[in-house]
Amino acid sequence: MSILRLMTCGSVDDGKSTLIGRLLVETESVPSDTIEGARSIRRTGSTIAPGEIDFSLLTDGLEAEREQGITIDVAYRSMALPDGRRLIIADTPGHEQYTRNMVVAASRSEIALLLLDATRGVRTQTHRHLTICALMGIEKIIVAINKMDLVDNQEFTFSELASQVMDIGKRLGFLPTVIPIIALTGANVVSKSEDFGWYGGASVLESIQNWNGSQPDLDSSFLPVQLVSRTQDFRGVSGTVVGRGFSLGDEVRVLPTAQKGTIRKIYAGVKEVHHAGNGEAVTFEIFPEIDISRGQVLADVGSTAILSRNLVANLVWLGERDLAIGHSYLLQSGVMQSPVELRAVRNVIDVESGDFLQHREVAKNAIAEVELVLTFPLLFTNYRASREFGNFILIDRETLQTVAAGMVNETQTKSENVSRQNYEVTRSERSRLKGHQPHVIWLTGLSGSGKSTIADALEKSLSSDGVHTYVLDGDNLRLGLNQDLGFSREDRRENVRRVGEVAKLMMDAGLVVIVALVSPFAEDRTAVKSLFAVNEFSEVWVNTPVAVCQERDPKGLYKRATKGEISNLTGIGQEYEPPKEPALVLDGTMDLDSNIFLLRGLLLT
Amino acid sequence: MRVSPEILRSLENESIEILRECAGTFRKPVILYSIGKDSSVLLHLAKKAFFPAPIPFPLLHIDTTWKFREMIQFRDEVVAENDLDLIVHTNQRGVKAGVNPFTTGISEYTRIMKTVALRDALDIHGFDAAIGGSRRDEERSRAKERIFSVRESGHLWDPRNQRPELWRTYNTKLLPDQSMRVFPLSDWTESDVWFYIQQEGIKVNPLYFAKPRPVVARGHQWIMVDDERFPLAAQDAVELREIRFRTLGCYPLTAGVESSARTISEILDEVLEVRLSERATRLIDGEKEDSMEKKKSEGYF
Repeated sequence: MSILRLMTCGSVDDGKSTLIGRLLVETESVPSDTIEGARSIRRTGSTIAPGEIDFSLLTDGLEAEREQGITIDVAYRSMALPDGRRLIIADTPGHEQYTRNMVVAASRSEIALLLLDATRGVRTQTHRHLTICALMGIEKIIVAINKMDLVDNQEFTFSELASQVMDIGKRLGFLPTVIPIIALTGANVVSKSEDFGWYGGASVLESIQNWNGSQPDLDSSFLPVQLVSRTQDFRGVSGTVVGRGFSLGDEVRVLPTAQKGTIRKIYAGVKEVHHAGNGEAVTFEIFPEIDISRGQVLADVGSTAILSRNLVANLVWLGERDLAIGHSYLLQSGVMQSPVELRAVRNVIDVESGDFLQHREVAKNAIAEVELVLTFPLLFTNYRASREFGNFILIDRETLQTVAAGMVNETQTKSENVSRQNYEVTRSERSRLKGHQPHVIWLTGLSGSGKSTIADALEKSLSSDGVHTYVLDGDNLRLGLNQDLGFSREDRRENVRRVGEVAKLMMDAGLVVIVALVSPFAEDRTAVKSLFAVNEFSEVWVNTPVAVCQERDPKGLYKRATKGEISNLTGIGQEYEPPKEPALVLDGTMDLDSNIFLLRGLLLT
Repeated sequence: MRVSPEILRSLENESIEILRECAGTFRKPVILYSIGKDSSVLLHLAKKAFFPAPIPFPLLHIDTTWKFREMIQFRDEVVAENDLDLIVHTNQRGVKAGVNPFTTGISEYTRIMKTVALRDALDIHGFDAAIGGSRRDEERSRAKERIFSVRESGHLWDPRNQRPELWRTYNTKLLPDQSMRVFPLSDWTESDVWFYIQQEGIKVNPLYFAKPRPVVARGHQWIMVDDERFPLAAQDAVELREIRFRTLGCYPLTAGVESSARTISEILDEVLEVRLSERATRLIDGEKEDSMEKKKSEGYF
């Protein structure tokens, strides 16, 4: 690894900016005029002597921060390590927004440098910082115990603090490196200081340099496809290689389509090469020209990688709005994307103690373990095994903001052929394609109350706006599906049950379903209602006085009933039970346009 | 310290990945071409990212009409040699109003001829993403900027409300009135850029190399008298001095440094030796502390 990435945690009070400033200056990574600036500019209330370097000024960039004396966002600095490697430092704020910013910095860092003020000891924020480092998979954690010059009995204080830090590390599953330092004088920062004769370990810089990085734990090779480009006689598949690498002539499989092809050419920049290794941005020509598009992944043909739709993952919630169960978000992992539904919150974790909290609300900065179901299966591994295929973000589909950072804990896969799973499209995906939410509007009321007329007008109105609809009309259904049913209590119950099930299937298909059915019994309607979620089903009572219905009598039913030709006509021989809590009551004598307007209001929410 | 080929390769791979994300996800991206060394590197990387296909973006140059003559000449050569699609935009209202870097005031001049011009150009052509060669080591407020940096309506940047950027999973989605600024060279330093230019043999503007040039003193700095529009005062003595430029911009606002570096390796010796931040030679930035953040929040690149 020629470039190492390190994040820092801790607040200005701990001397973090001073430590970074000193590392930068002593490795000659700061331009001399910037250093001159840090000699002349002073923060309000600064006690640093005129002409001395205020090291903390070298890293704080934004005006607001300078005024408040804190770092608000992640700032990146490049530093040349004495061994020739590059260190990119992501400096994170210690105060407000700490979780969000730490997560941003940690997502790309292998090393964390955590500052601890010896005079103040291990504090809540120390727990927070270490918890986040562990969660985000930081591989090496260095805890620098600063201001050692301000404590009595240095050796004792240090070993006390170090053992507390070790205990936290043990609980979180890592072994920290603990170093006593004095950032203000530079003791133990770049090289070992004689101030600490009792300390046998390395300085901060030595400790960073001693770390050589770990190799990706993948026994296969992948090329997540960023781009497919074409010219007249060329079609290239571009991406960055993950894993062992690809060579000319290798056979590859496209995930998820499972089509196979062979690598005919590899371009690295403007050169044709024979091999492309981990981390190299390359373009392949694949023979034959199989279908490949952005978001798919080329895998070496021997790879046993499987795609998953069901994930258990840790989330760090970054959104302003709380996580909503059942809500659909977009999940993105590298170039891969899928709509995703949050099925359940398993636990919310206390960032300070690591314990589970009592509640399940996931608000901004919360850390939670959740269950997710993707619309399309994607390539995932456990985050601990590979950050590359274990990370994802969640995007709010309305604001397009990134609302969560996710780390996969478990993938649950079915053992069937992965390519077949591609056909498993969920309701939310169908709904997305249609461009609107599915819904059931259930019109109940007497015969002649105007249900069919209203249903017809509503469907016309929705269709002209591009909404996909279907009307389930009670009379029409009795000609086919329900031709075996009469008008007894039992048959009416079964009639309503069947129409309810059909409406549910159609809603699942993504339609706005309009049901026009007398459905006189409250009990039957309640049974249907229970098939749907609250926001999927609206019971609407078309309330028209019996006298009006009788006068309209479009099917001549009332006439026949009065003559005694039919019995059981609702309103005459059989009772109609009005809904107790309908979503809407329509006055069947009102003009059609007003009623349609009211009904359309139900679909807006 | 010398920059190893491994570091350069790693930076290169990452920048190429970012450029490909732009091509793969934006509706109409554009490369903001400023003619300087960073733009030259950016263009080189774009060639590599899409080869053997051509660069799928046009180039946009915001011409204030006060650029060094050698910049415009170089720009046109590069465009012709590489068969690129170049759009040049000038704020004509500014030109008509006589806005200029001598009497208008530097902040106002920059706002009208650069910031507003850029915003207009992006709007006129409907670009949803502008790719630039800025680096995080250039200036302190740049150090905080994301690689994919969302601009709200009117191209405004809110540094305290930036979209979280996690791993290499870039959320490039935009609402209808948002746009994106993309910085593929974010992690590069000035010496990385020069070492890469040397390694790859990238052609850069002759203004970077020392040569006797006609200059006048302004404060502690040398300003080149590039054409007859330069208002010379009676006491101004135009003299020939061997200077070169570390950054390129509008000639009246970009100071030259005395130097004898005539080759890239001499430049590298100097960059590694002198250790002055390169923007120190930009008059515009020194005007007031933190001016870059102000400009950026208004839509400056």
